[in-house]
This record gives sequence, C-alpha cells and structure tokens, in this order.
Amino acid sequence: MGTSQSGPVHRFQDLAHKTGFSIEEIKTLNTRFLYLTQDEDTLRREHLANVSDLALNPIRRQIIEAFFDKRNMGEKERGCLQEIGFEEFVTVLSFFRPPKPHTADEEMKNIKKEKLRFLFNMHDTDNDGIITLDEYRCVVEELLSSYEIIGAETAKAITDAAMLEVANVTVGQMAPDEFYEGITFEQFMQILKDVEIETKMNIHFWNLDTMTVQCGK
Amino acid sequence: MASSIYFCLLRTVFLVCFVNPLIQGLSGDVNLVKDHRDQLGNNLTGLPIVTFDWHHVQTPFQVIIWVFVAGLAKLSVIELNHHVINVIPESGLLIMMGFILGGIVWGADKAQTFKLLPPTFFFYLLPQIILDASYFMPNKLFFSNLGSILIYAIFGTCWNAATVGLSLWGCHEAGVMGNLDIGLLQFLLFGSLIAAVDPVAVIAVFEEVHVNEVLFILVFGESLLNDGVTVVLYNVFDAFVALGGPRIDAVEISKGIFSFVVVAFGGSFLGIVFAILLSLLTRCTKHIQIIEAGFIFVVGYLAYLTADMLSLSAILSVTFCGICCQKYVNANMDEKSVTTVRHAMKVLANGSETMIFVFLGVTAIDTEIWVWNTGFILLTLLFIFIYRIIGVFLLTLMLNKFRLVPIEFIDQVVMSYGGLRGAVAYGLAAMLDQDKIPEKNPILSTTLIVVYFTVILQGITMKPLVQWLKVKRAAHSDLKLIEKVNNRAFDHILAAVEDICGRIGDNWWTRGWNRFEENYISWLLMKPKARKNRDYLFSIFHKLNLEDAVNYVSEGERQGSLAFIRSDEAANVDFKKQFDSEFTDVMPDIMVDVSNYELGIEKFSVTSIIKDTIPSVSLDIHGQDRKNAMDDINANHLLQQHLYRSRKNHRHKYSRSDFGINQSENEVQEIFQRTMRSRLESFKTAKMGVSPAKKITKHHKKELTHKMANGHPEGTGHLYGDEENPVVFPDMDTSTHNSLPWLMETDAVAPSQRAQWHLPWTPNRLRRLAPMRISTYSTDSFLMADLEEHEEKPQTDHE
Repeated sequence: MGTSQSGPVHRFQDLAHKTGFSIEEIKTLNTRFLYLTQDEDTLRREHLANVSDLALNPIRRQIIEAFFDKRNMGEKERGCLQEIGFEEFVTVLSFFRPPKPHTADEEMKNIKKEKLRFLFNMHDTDNDGIITLDEYRCVVEELLSSYEIIGAETAKAITDAAMLEVANVTVGQMAPDEFYEGITFEQFMQILKDVEIETKMNIHFWNLDTMTVQCGK
Repeated sequence: MASSIYFCLLRTVFLVCFVNPLIQGLSGDVNLVKDHRDQLGNNLTGLPIVTFDWHHVQTPFQVIIWVFVAGLAKLSVIELNHHVINVIPESGLLIMMGFILGGIVWGADKAQTFKLLPPTFFFYLLPQIILDASYFMPNKLFFSNLGSILIYAIFGTCWNAATVGLSLWGCHEAGVMGNLDIGLLQFLLFGSLIAAVDPVAVIAVFEEVHVNEVLFILVFGESLLNDGVTVVLYNVFDAFVALGGPRIDAVEISKGIFSFVVVAFGGSFLGIVFAILLSLLTRCTKHIQIIEAGFIFVVGYLAYLTADMLSLSAILSVTFCGICCQKYVNANMDEKSVTTVRHAMKVLANGSETMIFVFLGVTAIDTEIWVWNTGFILLTLLFIFIYRIIGVFLLTLMLNKFRLVPIEFIDQVVMSYGGLRGAVAYGLAAMLDQDKIPEKNPILSTTLIVVYFTVILQGITMKPLVQWLKVKRAAHSDLKLIEKVNNRAFDHILAAVEDICGRIGDNWWTRGWNRFEENYISWLLMKPKARKNRDYLFSIFHKLNLEDAVNYVSEGERQGSLAFIRSDEAANVDFKKQFDSEFTDVMPDIMVDVSNYELGIEKFSVTSIIKDTIPSVSLDIHGQDRKNAMDDINANHLLQQHLYRSRKNHRHKYSRSDFGINQSENEVQEIFQRTMRSRLESFKTAKMGVSPAKKITKHHKKELTHKMANGHPEGTGHLYGDEENPVVFPDMDTSTHNSLPWLMETDAVAPSQRAQWHLPWTPNRLRRLAPMRISTYSTDSFLMADLEEHEEKPQTDHE
C-alpha cells in the first residue's frame, strides 16, 4: 500500500486527462462511486438499483444498461460487462459533461456525435447498429409506462408514427421492394441535428457536494 | 399604397369631421340637455317621429368611434406597400398613423380633445395584453430561465433607475439642462419610470424579428417581471417626493425595500390564487361550456384589478394568473372553448396593442404638453442606452457562471438593444401629480420622445441588426414526434444520471415538482377525465391524428369526389353482418377521443376543433353494385379507418335506438386502442415482411400538399419532415382501383398514411388507395396515381 497515496492521484490525473473532468470533480465522483459500491472496487447493477430515486424513473433499465455497455467505454467490442470500475464509471459520466465554454466548432461536432452515439447505443439494445421498431417500441413503452391508461397499443402506435417520420426524413424515396430496417446511426443524427444535444444533455458536475453525496441517499 | 393611405385618410377625416361638431356640442352641453328635455316635456307640439339625441349616446359613441378608427389605422398600415412594412415595424407605423390622426383632430379643434388618459390605458388597454402574453407563455422555457429573468428584472431595473436618475441629476447640477426645477428625488422618480422595459413594445418588435427562443424569453420575461420593481420604485419615490427630502431617513428607505418584497410577492401570490380559482371554476363548468371561455377573461381582469386595489403589482398578478392557469384551463375546458379563448385573447390583445400605439401617436399632437428641453431629452436618451448596455453585460457576466447554457455575446447585444420603453412609461409619467412635480411637462415630453425613439428607431433597426449579427433565429419547424419522444427520454436520462451522481440538481427539483404537481395539484384542479389524457406524448399523438383527419376530409371536400352524403343507414351494420369477427376486429371505429367533445346529435365535427364545421357524413354504399361489395367494404373500412367518423354510424354500431353520444369513455378508449392495435399489426407485417404478398412502398406525403393546397399556414406542415419525403406504406393491387366507388373519378382523396397501413389486410384486389401526390396541382396526382404501376413518380418540390 505504499504507493496508495500517489496511485489514486495518478489515476485521477489520467482520468481527468482522458475524460475532461477536473481533478476535483474526479475526486468527488470517486467518493460517490465508493459510496454507491459500499467501498468495493467495482460497481454492479445491484448497486445502482439501490439508488432510491432511480426506481421511479421509467427508463432506468436502459440507463443502467448504458453504464455496463462496452460500446460506451470506447471499445470496439459489443456486449455488456458485469461490473465496472471507476474508470468506466467516469467514462460514461463524461458523456454528460458540459463542453468547455470556448470549444471549437469541430470539437463541438465531435462532442455532439459522441453524445448522440451514447443515446443511440441506449436504444439499440441488440448492438446491431440499427434501432428497429421493436427496440424503439421498448423505449416508448417504458416512457409511457408511468401512465396506466395508455395501453400497449397506443405505445405501439406512437412508435409506428415515429418510425414513419424517421423513414420520411431520412430515407427518401424507396423502391417498392425495399424494406425499412430501422434507424441507423446516421439517420439518428440527421433527425436530431436540430436538437442542441451538446447543450441539453449536460448536467453540472461542479457542485456535487460530498456531504450531500454521502448522506443523501 | 398611396391610394390606400389616401383612402384611409379620407375615412378618418370623414369620421373625425363627423364627430367634431358633435364634440363641440359639448360646450354648453348642460343647457342643451335641459333644452332637449324641456323640449320634449313642454314644447311638444306633435309626435316626433325621429329625434337626434347626441348626448344620449355620446360617451360610448366616442369610445367606439376611436376604437373603429384605430382598427382602420391598423388596416391601412397593413395594406401599405410591404417594403415599408418590412423596414418599419408595425408599431412604429401605427404611431405615425396616430400622429396623422392627432393632427387632424388638432386641426379641427385647435386643441387636442383626445388624450390617452392613464386610467384608460391601465384599466382598459393593458390588462388583456398581459393576459394574452402570459396565457401563451411557454412555461417550461420560462421557468427554466426564471433565475436569469429575475436577475435582469430586479437588478437590471434598479440599476437602470438609479444610474439614469443620478446621472441626470448630476448633469442638471452641472447646469447642462437649463432652468429645470427638478430635484434629486424627482430625477430618481423619473429614472424609475423610464427604466422599465415595456412588454407591449417588446412583443410588438420582437414578434417580427423571430430571434431564438431563449433570447426572446429573457427579454420578454424581464419586461413582464420588472413591473414589480417599477411599481415599487415609482410609488416609493412618489411618496418620497411628497414627503419631501428632509423626512427621508433610514426607516423610510427600509420600508421602501420591504415594500418591494410585499408588492412583488404579493402580486404574484394573488395571481396564483386567481389561477387556482379559475382552474377550479373550469373544472365545474361542464354544463355551461358556452360561456366558460368568458371566465378566463373575467377572472384575469379581476386579478388585475384586485392587485391594483391592494397596491400590489397588477401586471405580476395577471402574469402569474395566466402562467399558472393555462395548463389546467386548457385541460379542463371543452376544445371549442379552448379555441374560443385563444382567438378571443388574440383579438383583444392585438386590438389593444393597436389602440395603444395609435393613441400614443395622437396624444403627441398637443401643444400644451410639449416643453422641449434639448439637454434633458438628449441626455436621457444617451443614458438609458448606455446604462442598459452596461447593465446587461455586467449581469450576464455574473449569470454565465451559473448557467448551464451561457448567454452569448451577440445575444447580449440584442438584449441591450431590445430594452424598449413603451406605453407603460408614458402612463406612469402622465399620472404624475402636477402640483408635486411642477415640471411635469418636460418629463412627459421626454418620456414621449424616448418612447417614440425606442419603438420607431430601435424597432426599425432591430431586424437589420439581428440579421447583421447573425443572431440565432427561432427554429421554424414543429418538433417531430421522434424529437418529442427523445426530449422526454432526455429528461429521464438526465434525472437518472443525476441520481446516480447523487446530485440534487435542477432535474431533481423539476422532477420533484412534477411529481408533486401530478399527484396533488392536478388532482385538485383538473377534471378527472382530463387527468387521464394528459400524457404528453399521447396528446401529441392525438393531435397528429386530428390533423390527419382534418386533412383527409378537407381534401375530400376540395376534391368534391368523395360521396359524402348523409345517410341514416349505416353500411357498416351490414358490413358487420357479412364479415364478422375478422373484419370487426380490423374495422376500426376509429374515433378521436371524443369524450371531451360536446356533440350535437346532428353534427359531428372533429374539424370544428381546428376548422369550420363540416357536416357529419357517412359513406352511402347501398346504392353501389353489390358485386363490388368487397371493395365497398374495403373502401368503407378504409374510410372508417380515418380518425374521423360519422357519429351516426357509430351509433348504429352499438345500438339502433340509442341516440346518445358516446357515453362511455371506455368505449372510446377501446375503439381507439383497437384501432391502434390493428394499425400496428399492419405496419408490422408490412415492415417485417411477414406476409410476402405485401409490398411496401413509399409514397409521397400528400398530407403536406393537402395542407399547402388548402392554404393552411405551414404550421404543422413540417411535422413529418420535408416535402419530398415519402411515406412508408403498403402497396396493393391495381385492379381494384377502378372499382372503388369514390375512386371512380380520377380525382380522389387519399386516405391518411396511417390508414393505409391497414391495407395489407384486405384482399389483394384492393389497390393502393393513396394516389401519390406528384405535384402541387392536386388534380394531377390523383389522375396519375394509380393508373400505372410505377410507384415512384418523380416528386416535385412544392412550397
């Protein structure tokens, strides 16, 4: 344990460099990580399930999956991990980091693409690179699941209509025999190009209060 | 252009000349009245068949004449050469029109007999504008930016008032302004009334400019909320002026600060109370739907007057009343009432705005009030401009540290330039007491000049400035369904990530509030039926369905080929008998959720919600050849797939003798769900290629063209994307095309795309029923559509 003092600091610096968080933010996140995992080294799904407010969230399943999804770790592989370490935790959270105030346009585009990729991966559960009707319907159903009166049929109908729109916007003219498979990532980007993901999909990390973090939940 | 101006002038001259002798009859009116009565009483020699009695109708007549004249002014302004309109904003033109009118009146009377009196303005013209603004306020945007808005409103206004007042006083002391007898307190009073950004002017100018929504909401929200500060400052300084300098000490000043808290929060609270009252009212007005729309206006006005009575901020009261009640009122009221309120609100607000600007112009032509003090005026203009810029930039600097989305530099420039002063400032200035403030006239003159300057000059230059600076403009398209779904997903994702990070953040508050609101407030204020239907995505979908239905029918009417006739015998009764369960399942009694509609027995119009009433129809297929029964059935059920349905058919479906409207909500839901289910299955089979016999084709979106062709504004035109986008939908055999009853003629109506999903169910003989729209001339498309096999015709762009 002799290197334990400098070890974490190094780790943090590497992480800070890789993900763009500041050292303080990483430290705070580390505290939170340890709290969630109850001081173990790796985070598993059960740990996340313990977060009480998360239980009320309709799409928690997808979000939790997103944390364990290899694609979000920047790896080329597909599949899910069973447990993640702190690095992966921070990597996933870095998708929600607000861009620094004076980022160049090119980088903004990249950031936007990454965030969109994250969203796309969340929808595309079977990792085939296409969001099919069924996958999308799952999302819609879960979103609507908090209202009991909305039956499954309506969810389906809404999904259909949404898919139809996507087809309209992105694919254009299709030959009679063509089949609309699903939404590819390019189409996804095209649809959502007007939505300012880089500004909307952010949360502030700077005011994570360790005290709140510890006694919060 | 010239002719319309002349024409308008002629009209107004005529009116004014007509009115003037009547007005001049005012002098010595008392005697005249008596004379008239006496005449009737004593000198009556015979029965007067017709008498002319001006005094009887004098006051309302004058009021109405001026309203009418203002309306005519607006008409002529609109009719002007549109080059002029593009350059000068409408509000500026109205003011200039007011100058002309004022000139006419002055010329006729040698005195300005018409003035915009402060009570008229504050009681009769201002409340509806504020109510309109708050009723249509985008709440989510407003509340998410509320912190920034408050900072600008409170600190910005205080800063402006203080600096302008002090600087002017300093200059006065330095002798630049000549011999004005205005003390420090009076300067501060002037500063407070000139400092406030005016909501009317902001709406008028920014409406034509279309900047991005965050910028707009910041400026506009600030203009609404700063009334709280303005009222307080004005009253405080007014009282201080009355008290006199020596009596002001720390106690009084602290009372002033305390009064701000009371006035602002009291006004808002009062507004919320009235919003609750209004929501509860609309919850109970199911049986008086005819007049429930009126309640909005009455209660809104009550909120205004009550706050004014209690010397709280009236504008804040109305603002919060409108903001808080919109959701519940719209959910509770009948759709027709919602539309009524929307339109009436717009009429009133627009009318008032017009009148305000015209009367502002008219009031200027009055030699009595003008005291031109060059130094005062120029310095005022300079200072308000400079201090506004400084104030905005300083505050934004601070705010950007806390905001998630920083306010850009360019937006700040527009914000500072957009600090328009308007009629509120004039009203406050006109209310000054001449005795306490001997120099009321210079102040009034300066205020008027400032108002004209900002509205006209800044209004003219705003649009070019915005274009030159390349300010981010408002997005024009409606959000597509997928974007809305994604937005909803975002909120949840962000909330979840925050939970995981253990952060109590904005989303936590939003979620907490939403939960609280859903469970308690909605329970209290919304009708139970409305609560069930209030899911956001569902309502979007519902709206989309409605629009589809409207377009389908309107296109049918336009084409004139749909054999829409009233019929007492519903084909589907037979239909049902012939092809029972399979088709029953498939055959949708699709209906928009009509539980909220008040249906008359004879007329059912979905489109009355959106358009004019169209009569209830049913497809009469009894007259058709029964050999074509299959097609007829298909046609019929195709028609029925639309979201529009004859009520009579529906009635027959469930009971021959029951005349009732859909009484059971469950029934409607069930219908709806059945429809959706069937649609999905068709879509699924089509898409997934489960039944190989069916092909999927893409067809051009005819709804879009329908909408365009109907002269609808683009409104929902972008719902599905751009014009050239085809629609996924199943194809059918060609041969049945000609046998379809209403497709006999070549022009026919295309069913909505959703309906067409259903078509794979039908036997192969049924041809694709949606002809493609290939050009903006609707006749072409239907002609061409199904006569050949090629599915994809070249699609033309259309606007």
